[in-house]
Amino acid sequence: MEAVLLVDFGSTYTKLTVVDVKNEEILATAKSPSTVETDIMIGLQKAYSSLKERLRGIPVEFTEKYACSSAAGGLKIVALGLVPELTVEAAARAALGAGARIVGTYNHEIGMYEVEEIIAKKPDIILLAGGTDGGNKSCILHNAKMLAEYLSDISVIAAGNSKAREELEKLFSDHKMCYRFTENVMPRLNILNVEPVRQTIRKLFIERIVLARGLKRAEKYVGKILMPTPAAVMQAAAILADGTAEEEGYGELMVVDIGGATTDVHSIASGEPLEAGISWYGLPEPYAKRTVEGDLGMRVSAYSLWQTAGYQRIRKYYTGSNSDIEQKCLLLSEQIDRIPVNDDDFEFDAALGAVAAQIAVERHAGMLERHYTPTGLVYALQGKDLRGVSCLIGTGGVLVKGRDPQRILQATLEGGFGEGRLIPQKPQLMLDSSYILSAMGLLSNAYPVQALRIMKKYLKRIV
Amino acid sequence: MSNTIVLGVIGSDCHAVGNKILDHAFSSVGFKVINIGVLSSQEDFINAAVETDADAILVSSLYGHGEIDCRGFREKCEEEGLSEILLYVGGNLVVGKQEWKTVENLYKKMGFNRVYPPGTSPAAAITDLAQDLKIDLSKLGKVKVS
Repeated sequence: MEAVLLVDFGSTYTKLTVVDVKNEEILATAKSPSTVETDIMIGLQKAYSSLKERLRGIPVEFTEKYACSSAAGGLKIVALGLVPELTVEAAARAALGAGARIVGTYNHEIGMYEVEEIIAKKPDIILLAGGTDGGNKSCILHNAKMLAEYLSDISVIAAGNSKAREELEKLFSDHKMCYRFTENVMPRLNILNVEPVRQTIRKLFIERIVLARGLKRAEKYVGKILMPTPAAVMQAAAILADGTAEEEGYGELMVVDIGGATTDVHSIASGEPLEAGISWYGLPEPYAKRTVEGDLGMRVSAYSLWQTAGYQRIRKYYTGSNSDIEQKCLLLSEQIDRIPVNDDDFEFDAALGAVAAQIAVERHAGMLERHYTPTGLVYALQGKDLRGVSCLIGTGGVLVKGRDPQRILQATLEGGFGEGRLIPQKPQLMLDSSYILSAMGLLSNAYPVQALRIMKKYLKRIV
Repeated sequence: MSNTIVLGVIGSDCHAVGNKILDHAFSSVGFKVINIGVLSSQEDFINAAVETDADAILVSSLYGHGEIDCRGFREKCEEEGLSEILLYVGGNLVVGKQEWKTVENLYKKMGFNRVYPPGTSPAAAITDLAQDLKIDLSKLGKVKVS
């Protein structure tokens, strides 16, 4: 039988998915702990043997193979810009949308302290923005000089004032740097232009980063590593929302991905205010938006989750008897490989998952503010109005392998209103129960319609 | 000199008509107008000016609360490295009828370079701006100012 193999080198697990594209079926999935630190092939081989078992003797010939990776800390990007609320924020949003992990953002002209910080953060790519087209040029030129002088071995993507291009190009090529130019991420004030940056990041990821990460060897077995894992999830979400020419999508939606270290939220939605009389301010929102919460996670970030959420909020979703929640969170943050064994473990994980998802969705959603003016009350919205999204999909270990995905997803709808956050009101809750979102994002490159239909078939509706 | 100006209405003020007229007037003589619109904070004006490398910030206030909204504007500009930038302000700048000279002095003390009373023609501000920036308007090469 002909089939497509999809591989996700995750930070914790290497996951394999085999798809029969013709019949739009998932034939088997398997996973094994990732082994990037030693040899990525070990984990892959283990997952592969387990996959063979699960195929139960079905003879399968892999006609195509695609892979994505968030192994070894993911794609690490440092974003440089001028004003924090403008080009810095625009650059960070573009990088997040490309599936990157932002390890640092810097504004205005950087100095030696910042240079040293950047070196310590070991980014794969530095995204250099600053100035609108024809606007400020001195900042991006200064920062480029600092990069050329002290950080010339790191790849740079320049996405700032287009009028600075000649000077930047000369500087970078004189220093024999690896660099790419793309359109300004903010060509005019408050105009966000993230797509060219996202594509450039993805290309550079395929050309350079895969090589640098020792993943090149794996490509012989798993096909091209096309993108970072979060970008694959984003792509799956986008096609599920918008559909294709042949097949309708679900409409505007959100995806919540609860991981060990971070909780990611994607929204595929315009986010325009639902009612008239709300004015929109701040930077415009990208249609496909991703946010990453580094303090909300099930293991590595369990203790920071406790510090953020506090006793009351976790207790509300935890029905077990363990009274020392702080101690338990601390323990989990130290035992990052721990999988739940007894009832209380499952109970506790469900509570942490619920709170992580709730806070992450709150932060992702826009904030409605009241302004009292001489002419009466005026509402101003910063961010996306997500009250109207039609569906909210959950993914990540605690949802897929845990016992109570419903409680976790339900919790995302119970936060936010006190602070004026415009979170979804009545979305259809869905669960990525076969853990296929990233795989379908990969598949959608070559087979968009099939990927869409498979998602519709395998995503499970929760009440 | 980029001939770029940032234009907007400050504070909780939603008066949009004059803002559009000024945008049109300054654009038509050849200035690059970055119009940030109504309900703009001091930070919005300043961020826009930093990022676009503007030469001047033109602040409108029509609802009488300008004095509160404009306080500390010049100091914030200096903090953001815009010590050379020109600050203009105009509109119904105070509540009630007050002697214009007093109002003008109030805003000049706050660090505004030019202060305009209600009913000023855009042409007056354009001529002043050209003079302050030492620009020959005919070289910007658009509509003539009458």
